[in-house]
Amino acid sequence: MKEMKLTTPLTNESINQLKSGDSVLLNGIIYTARDAAHQRLITQNDRPFKLQGAVIYYTGPTPAKPGEIIGSCGPTTSYRMDEYSIPLIQEGLKGMIGKGPRSQYVIDAMKEYRAVYFAAPGGAGAFLSKFIKKCELAAYEDLGPEAIYKLEVTDFPVIVINDIYGNDFYNEVNPL
Amino acid sequence: MHEVNVKKIIDSVKQLCMSSNYYLPEDVMRLLVKDYKTEESPIGKKCLEQIIENARIAEKKNMPICQDTGITCVFVELGQDVRISGGNLDDAINEGIRQGYTEGYLRKSVVADPLNRKNTGDNTPGSIHIDIVPGNSLKIFVMPKGGGAENMSKISMLPPSAGVEGVKRFVLNTVKSAGPNPCPPIIVGVGIGGTFDSVGILAKKSLLRSLDSPNPDIYYANLERELLEEINDLGIGPQGLGGRITALAVLIRKHPCHITSIPVAVNIQCHAARHKEIVL
Repeated sequence: MKEMKLTTPLTNESINQLKSGDSVLLNGIIYTARDAAHQRLITQNDRPFKLQGAVIYYTGPTPAKPGEIIGSCGPTTSYRMDEYSIPLIQEGLKGMIGKGPRSQYVIDAMKEYRAVYFAAPGGAGAFLSKFIKKCELAAYEDLGPEAIYKLEVTDFPVIVINDIYGNDFYNEVNPL
Repeated sequence: MHEVNVKKIIDSVKQLCMSSNYYLPEDVMRLLVKDYKTEESPIGKKCLEQIIENARIAEKKNMPICQDTGITCVFVELGQDVRISGGNLDDAINEGIRQGYTEGYLRKSVVADPLNRKNTGDNTPGSIHIDIVPGNSLKIFVMPKGGGAENMSKISMLPPSAGVEGVKRFVLNTVKSAGPNPCPPIIVGVGIGGTFDSVGILAKKSLLRSLDSPNPDIYYANLERELLEEINDLGIGPQGLGGRITALAVLIRKHPCHITSIPVAVNIQCHAARHKEIVL
């Protein structure tokens, strides 16, 4: 299990080297989207950000207090996004950040189209907010906490759960 | 007759919404620190370290421990000799939630309709349960409950033949199938008995008990200990990344029930086991 830094947007070359269980420090731009934003993304044709090489972070942060960049911002449970993930991966999405296992059909799509899934520490939104250096609204303001935010992160700590080789770290740790 | 004005209730609920979301209860923190020492898996230890650091940052910065500041569960013990003046109790609690979530920079996580899903914008309505009790005081518990752990909770109506073994199997299977999803280490609230509707409330209310105080019934205290041991043998570990500490505690609350059934509910609570209370 390696430890490495990665910068977005992700490329096939940058994610080829990742294996399940690796620790990664993410840098660059990532976009937030959870249930309601995903539903809108897959039912509308216009894209509020370029999906090719993008990383989506499953989260809905708390509002920033005056003088702060963002509020608490940890991952939400990922399986709820499984239903929406395949078309986005087919379009070029390269990384997803959340917590908890994905369905086999999403794991298969990650292998086929080359994308990875990372876990961030669940319930540690105050800790994780330290690694977010900028936050701006990107789309779907009407969705409130479920809007899409563009985040700039520095050394955001995640673990590779699913790599492009079909491995699943949760399953390696606790086989079903 | 003790009179309590709704203004006092509104203000108390508002303060409880904020403090419960910023400050992890001391008993939870103590157990996290104790279990950090016993966790053997290096990755599990690292996860517990992050969780402890997270709670300390939240406390220092007065910011939410978790971005999911929950649906606001409010339990009220209303003394029968208390008179509420100036308005309606339910409205006052919801006004307190509205003010607490807005002024406290908490996330608004409630939709007005389960299928049409438009956010109410102020985290109301809360999930409010009121019990009339003897006495002249008004006790309010606020428990912000995150959706990730709530979604992993289950209810079953077991037959009497299932017995204690059936109950244990159901609890273990619920925790196992939840896996990494509800942010382990979790606290497992178990309701046993009552009826289909009340067993879920029993399970949720069990989560209000201090982790320092054992179950008053020795039979159930032993059952809690056995279940905790078996849950921590599952290997799920902190954040589901493998390890000993899958749960911090098992808390059981029981009630009489019908000769036909053993209702059992498992309400899973994440490691951000937030709740605060006040007596007015």
